[in-house]
Amino acid sequence: MARKRVSLFVTCLVDQFYPEVGEATVRLLRRLGVDVDFPADQTCCGQVALNGGYRSHAVAVARRFVEVFRGSEAVVAPSGSCVATILAHYGHLLRDYPELAEDVAALQARTYELSQYVVDVLGVDDLGARLSSPTTATYHDCCHALRELGVAAQPRKLLSAVNGLALAEMKDAAACCGFGGSFAVKFADISTAILDEKLRNVDATGADVLTAVDSSCLMHLGGALRRRGSRARPMHLAELLCLGMEDAKL
Amino acid sequence: MTEVLSAHFKAQAAEAIGNATIQESLDRLVNFRQGRVDAVAEYGQERWDALSARARSIKQETLEHLDYYLDQLSRNVERAGGHVFFANDAQEANDYVTGVAKAHGVKTVIKSKSMVSEEMGIAAAMESMDIEAVETDLGEYIIQLAREAPYHIIAPALHKSKEEVSELFQRILGAPAESDITALAGIARQTLREKFLQADMGMTGANFGVAETGAIVMVTNEGNGRMCSSLPRVHVATMGMERVIPRLRDVATYLPLLTRSATGQRISSYVSIVNGPRRRDEEDGPQEFHLVILNNGRSRMLADPELREALYCIRCGACLNACPVYGKVGGHAYGWVYPGPIGAVVTPSLVGVPRAKDLPFASTLCGACRDVCPLKIDIPRMLLKLRSDAVEGPADVRVPRRVESLMMHAWRRMVASPRLFSLAGKAASAVQAPLSRKGALRWLPLPLSGWTRTRDFPRAAMRPFRARWRNDEGRDGR
Repeated sequence: MARKRVSLFVTCLVDQFYPEVGEATVRLLRRLGVDVDFPADQTCCGQVALNGGYRSHAVAVARRFVEVFRGSEAVVAPSGSCVATILAHYGHLLRDYPELAEDVAALQARTYELSQYVVDVLGVDDLGARLSSPTTATYHDCCHALRELGVAAQPRKLLSAVNGLALAEMKDAAACCGFGGSFAVKFADISTAILDEKLRNVDATGADVLTAVDSSCLMHLGGALRRRGSRARPMHLAELLCLGMEDAKL
Repeated sequence: MTEVLSAHFKAQAAEAIGNATIQESLDRLVNFRQGRVDAVAEYGQERWDALSARARSIKQETLEHLDYYLDQLSRNVERAGGHVFFANDAQEANDYVTGVAKAHGVKTVIKSKSMVSEEMGIAAAMESMDIEAVETDLGEYIIQLAREAPYHIIAPALHKSKEEVSELFQRILGAPAESDITALAGIARQTLREKFLQADMGMTGANFGVAETGAIVMVTNEGNGRMCSSLPRVHVATMGMERVIPRLRDVATYLPLLTRSATGQRISSYVSIVNGPRRRDEEDGPQEFHLVILNNGRSRMLADPELREALYCIRCGACLNACPVYGKVGGHAYGWVYPGPIGAVVTPSLVGVPRAKDLPFASTLCGACRDVCPLKIDIPRMLLKLRSDAVEGPADVRVPRRVESLMMHAWRRMVASPRLFSLAGKAASAVQAPLSRKGALRWLPLPLSGWTRTRDFPRAAMRPFRARWRNDEGRDGR
């Protein structure tokens, strides 16, 4: 069987703030025998503009994205939210460009969030990973991954299969963390009130690690965990799984 | 029309967040949420989805031919002996209803719960003409005594504790102190019973108007709607123009969606179908029946393909219960009649974006509202549309935001060029260096200061991913 090849869409946030999440994503995919390339012209999917109401900017950025990833066999990103932007919004953002319709549909059909790609496309539920120091992790369902992509079982399957990792479900794992992009800044009080409730549920699990498929939600949650000196530390799913694969010397 | 206070969203939200009694009452929304989940499970997800799909397609078809169905409804109401008035705005609706009251020498009006009558502000219009209009739904009665707006579409006094209700009853009705909810309801019942008997006019809403028969359908739990529509001499019903359904049998589609989504009930305690005034051979019922059908901006929503779907709403309130924002800021923060996610769409759509400029942005876009909506209304998508209207829409809709706009222009140029993008990242990391401790910032200036009040912000990486990437297949990528 021919080796699978994916183009990594690292996302602007991971590129500039969490490069180690991008590296973990690449290592994880390569350990599974997937060839990874990185289209160097990539920047952002346009979600920032779309959510801010700057639709015309979002359209321009979406057009650019479609060009950059046109030749890719599959596109994988360590983010549910950015993938959801492409899947749920590129259709209407680019509706005035019928000449791109085919490219958009093709892009949407082969773009995946990381855990989706591993479990649904590669058919791998168990990475054979093992953590050398026993860890309790709790998983936060990121809103767009959960509600726009249906990602819920995939990360839990992968986590449950890691040796030395106990998965402790928090109450209301599917409740929003209160981030919402610029919402967290424009409506800081409301955002914080929502976040407080989320963190109470995280704390109640006693977990060492709070994991999720989006660095944006983890930036929000992690920023507060750090400020409060809480026990749990934020770790992207890719980093946690990759650590397990390395510990298991895979 | 009821005054629009949506411009004060932020201050009103902050007040709710700081109020422990209100936060406690909002925690009770979990009961509604669980009720809905159980009721849908009992119905069966697959059946539920099929019912939901049917409800959507009926709404779609009805709204595509709304003129036809409204005309049919109107002719059938008249055939049954009733009168129909199409009101373009709240003022016209109020003038018509108060005109009917005046013509009949009405002194007391009993009302059952109706969001459209809240929208009209009919109680205030009546009061200005010295007509007493009494709310008879218990929750509505409580907030009327407190002179407040409804807090929740189906639970208008959700935010009131029983202690507050008792205090209100003591102060306004001269009732004794009570801590038992049943006893409190008894006090209200006693007072309202007199009003029921003394009223000359009853006002109700209409959950549905049935085009093929001219009937209106009312869904209530207290039976007060049936009293308001049958005891007094005159019955006036108000409905939004989108609430028409083609056939009587369509009620069977919408009713389970409504009650199971709203309270988790299989069916409400009362479902009343009223078809015109008392007939010649009937002993009971009003002598006159009027149906007021309100536009008040709905035709603008109908004409907008990106907002039309909001007119599918059957006002079950499930989106409020599911919304993380509503769950913290409550109903009054939204500043008008319709709170929560659907309110954040309907309010700017009906009163104009500039008068409710915060509402489309006051959402994390988490999508929980769309998930629980029995009509699967894509509320987040409509919030995005209203946001783009506020930012890039025509001059009378746009809300100026100069600094942000400049930032977004810079952003667009930056993400159009990987080179600029890298440079910007490096610059950010360098600027942040003196401010950060162990890779994070505890303070940022405006407009980002809101973030760092309660959360650390990460420092941009010294070496972004693109600088670390090496194209070495089969190796680690390090």
